[in-house]
Amino acid sequence: MSAGVLAAVAPDSIHGPHVDWLALAPVVALAGAGVLVVLLRALLRTRPAVVPVTTVVALLGTLAAGGTLAWQWINVRDHGATVTMAGMVRVDAFAIFLGILVVSALFLTLLLSLDYIRPEGLEAPEYFAMLLLSAAAMVVMTTANNLIVVFVALEALSIPLYVLVAFDRRRLASQEAGIKYFVLGSFASAVFLYGVALVYGATGSASLTGIAQFLRQNTLFENGTLLAGFALLVVGLAFKISAAPFHMWTPDVYQGAPSPITAFMSSATKVAGFAAFLRIFLVAFPLYRTDWRPIIMALATVTLVVGTVAAVVQTDLKRALAYSSIANAGYVLIGFAAASVDDRAAAHRGLEAALFYLFTYTFMTIGAFAVVTLVGRRSHDARHNFDQYRGLARSSPVLAGFLTFFLLAQAGVPFTGGFIAKLQVFGAAIDAREYWLALVGVLSAVVLAFFYLRVIVVTFAGDDEAGEAAPARRRRIGAAAVVVLVATGVMVLLLGILPGTFLHFARDAASLI
Amino acid sequence: MHDPFGGFPILTAIIAAPAIGALVVFLLPAARVEAARAVGYAATAATLGLSLWMLWHFQTGRAGYQFVESERWMGSIGVKYVVGVDGISLFMIVLTALLFPIGLLASAKLTNRVKAFTAWMLLLEAALLGVFLALDLIVFFVFFEVVLVPMYFIILGWGHDRRNYAALKFFLYTMAGSAFLLVGLLSLGFLHQSATGHLTFDLRTLTAWAPGGLDEGTARWLFLAFFAAFAVKVPLFPLHTWLPDAHTEAPTAGSVILAGVLLKMGTYGFLRFSLALFPQASVDLAPLLLVLGTVGIIYGAIVAAMQPNLKRLVAYSSVAHLGFVVVGIFALTTQGIEGGIFTMISHGLTTGALFLLVGMLYDRRHTFNIGSFGGLWKSVPILGGLFCATAFASIGLPGFSGFIGEFLVLIGTFIIDKPYAVIGAIGVILAAVYLLWAYQRVFMGEPSEENRKLPEINLRELACVVPLLALSLFLGLYPKPVLDRIEPSVKALIVHVEQHSDYREPGVSNRGPNARSVPKGDVRKGPGK
Repeated sequence: MSAGVLAAVAPDSIHGPHVDWLALAPVVALAGAGVLVVLLRALLRTRPAVVPVTTVVALLGTLAAGGTLAWQWINVRDHGATVTMAGMVRVDAFAIFLGILVVSALFLTLLLSLDYIRPEGLEAPEYFAMLLLSAAAMVVMTTANNLIVVFVALEALSIPLYVLVAFDRRRLASQEAGIKYFVLGSFASAVFLYGVALVYGATGSASLTGIAQFLRQNTLFENGTLLAGFALLVVGLAFKISAAPFHMWTPDVYQGAPSPITAFMSSATKVAGFAAFLRIFLVAFPLYRTDWRPIIMALATVTLVVGTVAAVVQTDLKRALAYSSIANAGYVLIGFAAASVDDRAAAHRGLEAALFYLFTYTFMTIGAFAVVTLVGRRSHDARHNFDQYRGLARSSPVLAGFLTFFLLAQAGVPFTGGFIAKLQVFGAAIDAREYWLALVGVLSAVVLAFFYLRVIVVTFAGDDEAGEAAPARRRRIGAAAVVVLVATGVMVLLLGILPGTFLHFARDAASLI
Repeated sequence: MHDPFGGFPILTAIIAAPAIGALVVFLLPAARVEAARAVGYAATAATLGLSLWMLWHFQTGRAGYQFVESERWMGSIGVKYVVGVDGISLFMIVLTALLFPIGLLASAKLTNRVKAFTAWMLLLEAALLGVFLALDLIVFFVFFEVVLVPMYFIILGWGHDRRNYAALKFFLYTMAGSAFLLVGLLSLGFLHQSATGHLTFDLRTLTAWAPGGLDEGTARWLFLAFFAAFAVKVPLFPLHTWLPDAHTEAPTAGSVILAGVLLKMGTYGFLRFSLALFPQASVDLAPLLLVLGTVGIIYGAIVAAMQPNLKRLVAYSSVAHLGFVVVGIFALTTQGIEGGIFTMISHGLTTGALFLLVGMLYDRRHTFNIGSFGGLWKSVPILGGLFCATAFASIGLPGFSGFIGEFLVLIGTFIIDKPYAVIGAIGVILAAVYLLWAYQRVFMGEPSEENRKLPEINLRELACVVPLLALSLFLGLYPKPVLDRIEPSVKALIVHVEQHSDYREPGVSNRGPNARSVPKGDVRKGPGK
């Protein structure tokens, strides 16, 4: 220990990095609201006002985050991307696009939760705080320009989710799911961290742009370490987006978690996972794409096959939707694979398709899980096998109508967003000359359609056979849940009929290439 | 440009009328059954009126698309909303517009969720009209897929005992076929883009480019991709197994639309897309389609004859009739294709009428089992007479439209390849076997106790069947108005195929029975030679 070291840590010699607060504003809004909720909980304790007040704070925080993201969008459009915090954070169109998705998912989840937590007796401000903090970490993830930041965000978004999954204390399944997600999630995070270490060891940098620069300037004679790093990064990220064969946790956790949380995980978590996945590989390792491209293509194929085949044989709707969300990740991966070809125009189209698919998928899946949440109230969210949905068209035609619509959208029926999204993905794959990948995608869409139709048949069946349980347990749908259903429904319809604006949005966001 | 409508977008209006009707019905309260019915009739009648108006102003001598409308839709991915009509699609539009009001009228006794039924029917009509009018590949595909949804729900919601199975099978078969179509048409669009730098799915642009722009192997693969979708729809043997189930389990109106219009989406697709986009591949693979079509004719007829279920019998007869259409189309002669299109129209009229009559028998006896009928002539003579006339129309008795279509198909096939025509002609005889035998078992003999007292056909039911039968008779006696409008487009299509392949249509001269002149002075090469 010398004077030099001491001098280096002396206060006057530390220069904090420049902080662009606008770039961090959405995170600040979300995390601030989350902290405020915790504070209010501590101050108000169990007074009756605590829940309404924290609800309002959570919703306002989310809206503020959305507003700042819109502001950022204008800023980026006019002045280009912002790099701040010593290059750790990069706010570009890609980040804002996915950030908006995360915040939209959060907002819809919050609204959906309002109608869920009170009747289920789970009313607690911590629920909101956890959601807000997790979403804040997801927004960080979309902007992360450094592997360390990615890892920190990954952990920060996962830990609140572990708690949220186990939030339904009365149901053993929920707690089991929480533990399972925690154990496997931590394991995946550790694998990811190992990957970060190997990549750092191979390139001497953790910054994505730094790695790219190093690899451009130096040729690695021994690239084993780097390739091993790729493999571990893929495993860690594939876990988060639940791509097969790293999907094992998904059905159990989606099934056990409280339904609004399932909605959140299937949308926002996946968005954040893909944000990191796409950015790391497209920004840091574009020169090595011939090495990692086959991995992505194999991942896409396996994910599609496993997701579709497993979805078809399920008898529990939540579980089946979990598998369908796995398959949907496969479609995004097709876009990802197309984004890694040499032809720049085709690659751009691929990324655009992947982003547009994520956009559409977010609304489709939240819509579907919103119906699941509302139907689940009959059994306190405990039972979701198909029998619970038998005759739904009779007992609550509105819910059955929405469920049918969202399932048809996921099946890719025209005039829904799902069709345009699939069209984009398959188009990108064909443009990238990946005919067989497109064919696998199209055929798995057919198999998935079989599953969606089976669910629709169940909801419309029992018309004349059974249906005795239905009318007695009928309960009103709260205004907040109606907003969720209508908002997602209108969005999915709009994406199918007038996708122009959103396609442009996705095209701008695909500026990563 | 010829525009007798003064800027009125007639084709869009034809698609929009039922779509708006569906929306209105959807917004009505479920209890207002009569209002839903009224809107249904009004919307379908308006569509029929509009399509007749369009037919009136259709220019007979012209081959190209008429009344074309073009709007930007999804510019960034090259998709435009383009609609147009020519001789090939003209009568499909009119037939569709005609069958829907009849289908609704035939369902007037329906009491179960009338509002939903009417809304789905109107949506189905809009989608079907869109299929026949679209001139952009993606827009065509959109309508092609949308058709599945209302039809699925109509079978599922108002079908017979095994409706779940039938509806699912119908949906999956067709969707699996169109999966290949989607890959095919996307590939075509992007290959065009990489060749010309311009991304479009406009059929007119692609028709001009694809025959010369694609290499032979690619064109063949793309032909097969399109073929998969259309062959399932037609349906060609051996992809036909969804058809008997769907037709039998669907409610009467559903069967009428399925047989009358839905199947024609496949044959229309062959004409509009396969032949126009991949002429050389069509010529090369024509023998395959001729064989499958001929097998369909014979197989459909034999299986129909063996059916104990009357509705299933009629369903299998569709396989045979559509076999004629496919043979006619891929004979690639003017007479063959004209005959194919004429059979498409005629089959819509006669098989539609047959399904209506079978539905009436079901309403009276609640069974399709041929063995349960017998001697109905004694209890319902008028119904029996109509059934007899319709059966003859369907068999192709001279004087009815079925004869003109099948005769033209056989001529058109005969001049290019005799064996197919000979085998196809046997199919005509077999049609007489299954329909007349069924007629004997249902209407002749002594009625049993249940069959003795049945209500005679009523005015509403007459209003459903008589127009179809009358039209079939009219077209059988005087097919000229239809053929005149079809012919220019068919001739243009054949010229297009000849220009882009080594195929030359053999001319028929009037010098004698064996005179087959070679009009263009070069090598004659027909399919299969």
